[in-house]
Amino acid sequence: MRPYLLKGHERPLTQLKYNREGDLLFSCAKDHHPTLWFSEDGARIGTYIGHNGAVNTCDVSMDSTRLLTGSSDSSAKLWEVETGRNVFTFKYKAPCRAVSFSIDEQLAALSTDPFMTTTPVINIVRISEDPSEQSDEPVQRLTGFSKKINRVTFTDLNTVLISAGEDGIVRRWDVETGKVKEEAQLHDKEIRDMQLYMDGTHMVTASVDKMVKLVDTQTLEVLKSFNTDRPANAAALSPIFDQVLIGGGQDAADVTTTSDRAGGFQSRFIHKIFMEEIGSVRGHFGPINAVAFRPDGRSFATGGEDGYIRINHFDNDYLSGRFL
Amino acid sequence: MAATKIRWGDTLDEDDSLPTNTIIGPDKQGVKIITTYKKNDKGETVKVVTKTRVSRVQRKIFDVAAERKSRLRRFGEATKEQAGDSVTVQQAEDIPFERVQKTRQTTEEKRAEKEDLRSALQGSDKSAVVGSLRDMLYRRRMERQLALARGQIAAPERPPDEDSDASTLPQAGSKPGGYVPPSRRAGATMSDGDSMRRREENSVRVTNLSEDTREDDLRELFSPFGPISRIYIAYDRETGESRGFAFVNFVHREDAARAVAKLDGHGYDNLILRVEFAAPRAERA
Repeated sequence: MRPYLLKGHERPLTQLKYNREGDLLFSCAKDHHPTLWFSEDGARIGTYIGHNGAVNTCDVSMDSTRLLTGSSDSSAKLWEVETGRNVFTFKYKAPCRAVSFSIDEQLAALSTDPFMTTTPVINIVRISEDPSEQSDEPVQRLTGFSKKINRVTFTDLNTVLISAGEDGIVRRWDVETGKVKEEAQLHDKEIRDMQLYMDGTHMVTASVDKMVKLVDTQTLEVLKSFNTDRPANAAALSPIFDQVLIGGGQDAADVTTTSDRAGGFQSRFIHKIFMEEIGSVRGHFGPINAVAFRPDGRSFATGGEDGYIRINHFDNDYLSGRFL
Repeated sequence: MAATKIRWGDTLDEDDSLPTNTIIGPDKQGVKIITTYKKNDKGETVKVVTKTRVSRVQRKIFDVAAERKSRLRRFGEATKEQAGDSVTVQQAEDIPFERVQKTRQTTEEKRAEKEDLRSALQGSDKSAVVGSLRDMLYRRRMERQLALARGQIAAPERPPDEDSDASTLPQAGSKPGGYVPPSRRAGATMSDGDSMRRREENSVRVTNLSEDTREDDLRELFSPFGPISRIYIAYDRETGESRGFAFVNFVHREDAARAVAKLDGHGYDNLILRVEFAAPRAERA
């Protein structure tokens, strides 16, 4: 593999997301400009200019027309994907940590951090067809958190929202009533990433407690758990193989005391069922903060604390299943 | 005639137009030959022949994505991008998918395995075991191990590993643990020239190989017979494709002989291998 190195960000990456067809890659970093790339050759298409703080998260609509980003400047912004025009700004009193469109894109969930006297909240807002009619008045507010919420995702035909956060608890919320349906303490420490499998039946959570867990979306039952020996910052599920891609590595604060080999900054592939490590791909000089599989499973992207995004297109001997 | 006047013979030379450039191919193997003619500084005609290999890569993409690719225009910071900014770089280094190696067996595990084998082989009727070649090779190796365990044959030469006793290490040098050339190690009886000749004798030629066969495949196929010193696959200089034959050098001639006996006519990757002792250099010339 000869990966593409994308040096568009000056600060650590926070999240990577492919659109549905997999031709576009969206990246968020702690600098202020979310960026759009071609996933095939890594060419930069544009940057979304308007945020005044670290961009924590993003989500793209199914038809790749709208992008939602959440930033530490206490706002979330809705963008036109192809022109980079800022369509609407949701203003909050605390940093926006997680965003997610609902499946039909009529709704969106936006979480805010604990800040000064405010407690974390997940705001569910209605996304209108016409941006001029957009309002930031939430239709539902999910409260009762004490720690920040790092990931949210809709499931069960938008009746349920799943949240995962710093307290290591994963909760299933009833979107209609705003009550918790189920909750489970899955990790001892902060959950950094949670990604659904493409059919939505199960998901993977990555935590600072060095564990990566495969979780049933309906029951929050832990199906499998892997000990990765190092903090796991991100995990993704391969759409074509029974594989989990894990990115992580030593905490950024301890990086200078170890070599890049000992730090464990490789992207690691683990078999989903046998829980055995299959292999790894090296490259980053610091911990990996974000990983994503392209929807066709033939390529993956990793974003590191070092500010680089690496797009890796798999070789044929990986795709022919020789590594399974 | 005045010296300044240009003679018709010279002008004819000057006007001599270059032969037309030709492009041949790509042929079946994808080799394209481009011939161009140009004048160098001295006015001499130079013929430049460039051979390139053309390969087609077909990729399917969504219509929506293809349409989007032609429609998208740069925006934001990307509009200010210069050609030399190198925001996107393809890494020159090839980054492999590093497969995790199975952890090595401990000495206890190896011993337990040997015991198992001993009891298993005790009652087995050799002629009754009929299986694929792979099974047979495995059985042979195990038999050899068994014979070794009984002390019927001498231990094969092998590099010392951490499992072996320190006392069995070759100690021919003045310093213990210092480098000892193979010819001076304990058990080495032949001179350098002799070993060279022997090595050539142990070379096995493999023909009718499939083009996809790589060194590792051959190693996998031949290593059950015994230690291998070298594997060479002939590649086409122009296309980089395998030419369908290879040489495998064994450390021991007996191993080579067994490999020839067993693998000649063996089906491999839909082709029937031809395995024979390589002719010595003198005969080939």
